Amino acid sequence: MTRFYLLILSLVITSRVLSNTIRVGSNEKLKTIKQALLLAKSGDTVLVQYGIYREGSLTITKPLTLLGIGFPVLDGENKVENLVISGKDVTIRGFQFRDSRHSSSNDYAAIDIIDATNIRIDNNKIINAHFGIHIANSTYCTVSNNFIKGQAVSEQSAGNGIHIWKSDHATIENNHIQGHRDGIYFEFVTQSVIRKNTSENNIRYGLHFMFSHQDQYIGNIFRNNGTGVAVMYTRNVTMTGNHFEKNWGNSSYGILLKDITDSDLSGNQFTNNTIGIFMEGGNRIKVEKNIFKNNGWAMKIQANCSDNFINYNNFSNNTFDISTNGTMVLSDFSRNYWDKYEGYDINKDGFGDVPYHPVSLYAMVIEQNPSSVILLHSFMVTLLDKAEKAMPVLTPENLVDKQPLMKPIQL
Amino acid sequence: MFKVSRYVFYDIIKNKIILGYTLFLFVVSMSMFRMEDSNKKAILSLLTIILIVIPLVSVVFSTIHYYNSYEFIELLLSQPLSRTRILLSEYAGVCISLLSSFFIGLGIPVMLYAFNPTGLSFLFTGSALTMVFTSLAFWVSVKARDKARGIGTALLLWFYFALIYDGLVLLILFSFSDYPLEKITLLLSALNPLDLGRIFIMLKMDVSALMGYTGALYKDFFGSMSGMLFTSGIMIIWIILPLWLSVRKFKRKDL
Amino acid sequence: MIRIEHIQKRFKKLQVLNDISAEFERGQVISLIGPNGSGKTTLIKSILGMVKPDSGKIFFRNAYINGSFAYRQHIGYMPQIGRYPDHMKMGQLFDMLKNIRGVPEEQLDNELIRQFDLFTMFEKPMRTLSGGTRQKVSAALAFLFNPEVLILDEPTAGLDPLSSEILKEKILKEKQKHKLILITSHILSDLDELTTHVMYLQEGNLQFFKEIGNLREETGEQKLGKAIASILKSEKEVQTVIRDLLSAVKK
Repeated sequence: MTRFYLLILSLVITSRVLSNTIRVGSNEKLKTIKQALLLAKSGDTVLVQYGIYREGSLTITKPLTLLGIGFPVLDGENKVENLVISGKDVTIRGFQFRDSRHSSSNDYAAIDIIDATNIRIDNNKIINAHFGIHIANSTYCTVSNNFIKGQAVSEQSAGNGIHIWKSDHATIENNHIQGHRDGIYFEFVTQSVIRKNTSENNIRYGLHFMFSHQDQYIGNIFRNNGTGVAVMYTRNVTMTGNHFEKNWGNSSYGILLKDITDSDLSGNQFTNNTIGIFMEGGNRIKVEKNIFKNNGWAMKIQANCSDNFINYNNFSNNTFDISTNGTMVLSDFSRNYWDKYEGYDINKDGFGDVPYHPVSLYAMVIEQNPSSVILLHSFMVTLLDKAEKAMPVLTPENLVDKQPLMKPIQL
Repeated sequence: MFKVSRYVFYDIIKNKIILGYTLFLFVVSMSMFRMEDSNKKAILSLLTIILIVIPLVSVVFSTIHYYNSYEFIELLLSQPLSRTRILLSEYAGVCISLLSSFFIGLGIPVMLYAFNPTGLSFLFTGSALTMVFTSLAFWVSVKARDKARGIGTALLLWFYFALIYDGLVLLILFSFSDYPLEKITLLLSALNPLDLGRIFIMLKMDVSALMGYTGALYKDFFGSMSGMLFTSGIMIIWIILPLWLSVRKFKRKDL
Repeated sequence: MIRIEHIQKRFKKLQVLNDISAEFERGQVISLIGPNGSGKTTLIKSILGMVKPDSGKIFFRNAYINGSFAYRQHIGYMPQIGRYPDHMKMGQLFDMLKNIRGVPEEQLDNELIRQFDLFTMFEKPMRTLSGGTRQKVSAALAFLFNPEVLILDEPTAGLDPLSSEILKEKILKEKQKHKLILITSHILSDLDELTTHVMYLQEGNLQFFKEIGNLREETGEQKLGKAIASILKSEKEVQTVIRDLLSAVKK
């Protein structure tokens, strides 16, 4: 038995020691990557010099490190998937993937990872791909420092930047994604992290997130995406320190939360969105210490949400702070800072002595009759709002901040 | 042209009401901007001033001024000056005075504290509304010989544009909410200079909210180049038309 | 100089001017008289173009004035009530009118300004001035540009006797310069010695327009007031006689 272990050990050591570096390039012996991949043994490193490689689709099924020098181009000529990876322990670094195959019916990708473990895609550029990186049924994959730029024109014909399906323990970090359908797409992906990515100018969502429990996304920037970010049908998701910016348009949200439970949405910034947060069927979500600034609606919370805690947020310069579609409100809205609050604080405890109703009458009117947004800020509307504030009839009585903060929280 | 309006201007800027108006605008806007926390509240209060106070002061002051200048206008009429020129000189004098008040009272604070698209849209709308309501005041004054009646009509006109009109629009929006009303709403808003000015500011101030479905339609329209031209064009019509009507009436009038 | 042809003016129900025709020449000083509401001011305003007659024409130097304004550079007008912008300084008022008329400085007639001692008040705002002073300003403005025609609406009404005398002297001087001077008044005595013609209006009708010499001859009265009174009396007598005759005929 000991011998057997020794044998294994020695094999491991020798494989390390014996791992070779194979060079590819126009000035090298090997001119094509395909040849190199054939020659390479498990654990080898393939070093590719700068050049434009038109070799159709490359397939990697054994543990390898593929390194590009000066970003050699893998050109798919709009005909193939540039790279297909399965197996384990593969690292791809320093390549430029260009013009992979497009299709409106199949999910072709520049880098297609399937049934794999411990794959690392680092520091690559992916230009004009249908899907940028497509990961399915894999574990422990890391996608980091990549620049992914698509040329999507319509939602039907476009693919996603980083698309992950039925995987776990993925790490998506420091990538820059733009011009795809969804910047990052997660479906049935658990125990994963999305960190410090920038996803912008995508046709649909900056992040599309479904059935993906126990995930975290932290410190990302989602900017100017067609409909913002959608997080749906998920529990235990941590969303902190993200920036949701300039998601403008009809049904465009900083973040759309649909059927989310037991989650944490804290320390984020929502600026210049048509709707900062749209929450539908949300339960036990902690919305804390966020900044809502310059949004059309800072937050729309539907009547089917309950037991959410919306505390210690700063609401400033939004056209409307809160809007809702019913009169039932089962969430806690206390201790926020509202810049429209007009009360006073006689006992100087930092909390206003008069409760604040963040839903204005006109916000309710617009819910019913969107055209009437044209009368916003008119003298008549101001009078109506004042009258309603003095004697609430139409706005939900219990959507109230009983301890509004007098000063914004330093965040 | 400025031979006369220059002196009208000299006269008006020493007027206590105008000095008070300038001071009021200045004090209010300065204190709004200097309030510690965010300036959305300040901006909203200023918006009320621009949409309510400025038209009111413009229309009432101009009307009173016209009636008080009646004998002076007679004197001018005995001089070798055309009637058109006399009325336009008066208009220019009053308008320039009110605009100066506005730019000193509100322009300076805006330049100091809110030199941004919203602030500039305030200045644009404020000055346009000053001119429109002075124009309307002249029309009313030239038409009505009696001072009390003239001032009453001027106030009513202000009340109509500031409040009643929007009430009617809201009524229409709700009565016909099953129909697509966006285009009609656009048209309706053009028929009230106050609404037009308000929308112009809203496009800068509430871009985010206006990007929602119906809002986006408005935004697309008013925000586009042609929309800007449309807004400015209609505003100019609102300035020119009452003025033209009053000149026409003034030319035929017995004094 | 000024020819009026059949002008009619009606304000609502009131016939203010009823078919008035007249011709005024240089060298004439015409007293336009009549009771309040007889149409004197309306006639003057028609000449100045402030009131537009319903029908009839007015010619200035043989040119129909229909809506034109340039002819007014030859007219100096002193209104009945002089109200000026409150905060305008007297000096500014003079400046403005000089600006409008564009008459060179050396051709200006500053005599009245000097005699009324207005130069010392040039820095005062108009609102601080008394009614009499404003009247002096109006007079000074009318004469300032040395116009060929002077139209003075109740010129001595608000003036103190001294100023009134100064103004009269001035009118006399201008008369000697062979100008046309049109004066409205309902009191006559103080203008007797200046007048060459009398035009009498009543309820919009021109009762008579006569040279003063003829008037005196016809009536045998030296005083203008009495002459007019006697004319009116005789007319009234004629009317009563006719009325009596008519009623007699009916019977």
